[in-house]
Amino acid sequence: MMAQLIKNGSLTVDTWNSLEIGEGESPETLALPEGDLLFPLAVWLARKNEIIARYPRIGLLLQPADRVEDVAADLHYFQVIAVNFPKFVDGRGYSTAALLRQRYQFAGELRAVGDVLHDQLFFMRRVGFDAYALKDGKSVEAALASAFGTFSQPYQGATDQPLPAFRRNA
Amino acid sequence: MYQYTALDRQLINERVAQFRDQVRRWKAGELSDEEFRPLRLQNGLYIQRHAPMFRIAVPYGMLNAAQLRKMAHLARTYDRGYGHFTTRHNLQLNWPKIEDVPEMLAELATVDLHAIQTSGNCLRNITTDQFAGVAADEIIDPRPLAEIMRQWTTFHPEFAFLPRKFKIAISGTEEDRAVTWFHDIGLHLKQVDGQVGFTVIVGGGLGRTPIRGEVIRDFLPWQDILSYCEAVLRVYNRYGRRDNAYKARIKILVQALGIDAFREQVEAEWAHGKNGPMTITQAEYDRVAAHFAPPAYASVGAAELPQEKAFLRWVDRNTHAHKVPGYAAVTLSLKKHGIAPGDITAEQMEIVADLADRYSFGELRISHEQNIILADVKQADLYAVWQQASAAGLATPNTGLLTGMICCPGGDFCDLANAKSIPIANAIQARFDDLDYLFDIGEIDLNISGCMNACGHHHVGHIGVLGVDKNDAEFYQVTLGGRQGNNAKLGKVIGPSFSAEEMPDVVEKIIKVYLANRHEDEHFIDTFDRIGLDPFKNLVYEGRAHGKAKSAAQENA
Repeated sequence: MMAQLIKNGSLTVDTWNSLEIGEGESPETLALPEGDLLFPLAVWLARKNEIIARYPRIGLLLQPADRVEDVAADLHYFQVIAVNFPKFVDGRGYSTAALLRQRYQFAGELRAVGDVLHDQLFFMRRVGFDAYALKDGKSVEAALASAFGTFSQPYQGATDQPLPAFRRNA
Repeated sequence: MYQYTALDRQLINERVAQFRDQVRRWKAGELSDEEFRPLRLQNGLYIQRHAPMFRIAVPYGMLNAAQLRKMAHLARTYDRGYGHFTTRHNLQLNWPKIEDVPEMLAELATVDLHAIQTSGNCLRNITTDQFAGVAADEIIDPRPLAEIMRQWTTFHPEFAFLPRKFKIAISGTEEDRAVTWFHDIGLHLKQVDGQVGFTVIVGGGLGRTPIRGEVIRDFLPWQDILSYCEAVLRVYNRYGRRDNAYKARIKILVQALGIDAFREQVEAEWAHGKNGPMTITQAEYDRVAAHFAPPAYASVGAAELPQEKAFLRWVDRNTHAHKVPGYAAVTLSLKKHGIAPGDITAEQMEIVADLADRYSFGELRISHEQNIILADVKQADLYAVWQQASAAGLATPNTGLLTGMICCPGGDFCDLANAKSIPIANAIQARFDDLDYLFDIGEIDLNISGCMNACGHHHVGHIGVLGVDKNDAEFYQVTLGGRQGNNAKLGKVIGPSFSAEEMPDVVEKIIKVYLANRHEDEHFIDTFDRIGLDPFKNLVYEGRAHGKAKSAAQENA
């Protein structure tokens, strides 16, 4: 789906496809193709058993308004959770990621998708993302060279470093 | 005041490098205007009417002399030789070039200043009381916790793209001087059974929908303030409206849910963060608080002051009670009649820096009333300070008086404004240019905003003036009875709006009603509370066609 997936400090081949609910389709009746799929939350909630039975690897796609709490008990099914940023200024996905990692201990791949840009990567890494589908047309080389190390160390605790500076440096 | 550590300094230098690269990529077309916009905003850079406007942070209002000299240097080198202090502890420069801003930030960083998060939909500068640490009515000095919170807000990864801007104010005194009832989070430091903590107020704000905040927690131990704020912010970040910028502040969410339901959500969220790593340690508090230890005050008694009328007037209005005997806090007024309120020239900045070095331990503060404070002046030095401040045009004895007004830059500079505000301020100052008359009128807050965004805090002025746009013409709506402080409330609209030319008359009539009705020792606001809006309305609109008569007159015109 994305040409430019950054993971583990390099450009990675992506095998996952987002399942889209088309016009006139419903989560309950949508045809499910083969392959590694990122299921929209509504599809997952409607057809959990079918998906578990049919797919060896399962991905979830969360939109900004989707509540992590609604899948909190299901997280062990997902190899990947993709959090969509329809617009980069919509910051809900940061809380989604923080909750998945900090509260629900999600240990699989946590991927930022959508309007994912160079200057937000530092924050995304801090809240717990470990894969980034950089927007088409943006430079992966530049991102890898400088976007993740903008600041040498943070003041406040977050997913990547739970201790604030005043505890680390105490 | 707080001295930067190696880490603090490294982070602001890294910020400069980051922004330099962002400007470069924007110029090279690698960043679109839309992508660049929040990045420049979070470095204080707006695109304004004439030029970019650049907003430098003065965290919780504290500056040292070297920092102010650097601001003077920037104003002179990159701008037109002056700057404007805002109501939220910022200095604004109105004419810089975007291309110069990385270099300006680099210069600021050499004196531990920055423009981090001074605009944009993020955690903004934390504000407090200009007399923090010296106020006679102080319970707890808010500055150590303000600094700890500054660090926590800086580059917070989860809350860099909130639905809308987020402002926090802390007050540590009996009388609130930080407008805490009208902030997204307002904090009152207090001591209960020997334990220090906060009353936490949430969901206040001025702007288009002015709302007085509500108490979400009556007592929160100080150690918990970061984890608790994170809980508030997480609820807001997830559930605040993003479909309409005018309904995106936390106050709208609090109103929609009701304070009780909002509190429940916050408490449920906080249950996870409480007692976690963001709990402030005593060691950290002590480390930061040590920077705010009292300076080396001399043991001096109260000084005998020269009995000179002009000087004593200034002492009366522009000096303030101090914790330490023989000392006073001094307000250097940026409200000279005829000058835009809050404006200061590069030369004045340098003079103020010299005064701070000579008389006030090299430190100064910025007040939300847009003045500069020398917090620790020996009473014996007041006369000398007054003379030098007078010579520099910084001693207008109008603090707390009608012409000591708060005023935003308005339509002369600001792109958001519906109307000009500075000419209104200047016209009112010209009308009330007689000091005897000003002193007779006494304490009164006049606040002017050029639009409903309310940067001039018009809602909480005893007299509030709001610029509005009616069919492409500038008009002014007047409110009465607003106030800041512990009993903060919003003013009431007096009636239909006025043209710019009418405004000095309108204010004069309002003052006449007060003078005719006041009891001895009654301030304007007390008289207003006793007699209500009607007497003011009656005189202001006397002989003025309104309602049907006005429509008829307009049809016949």
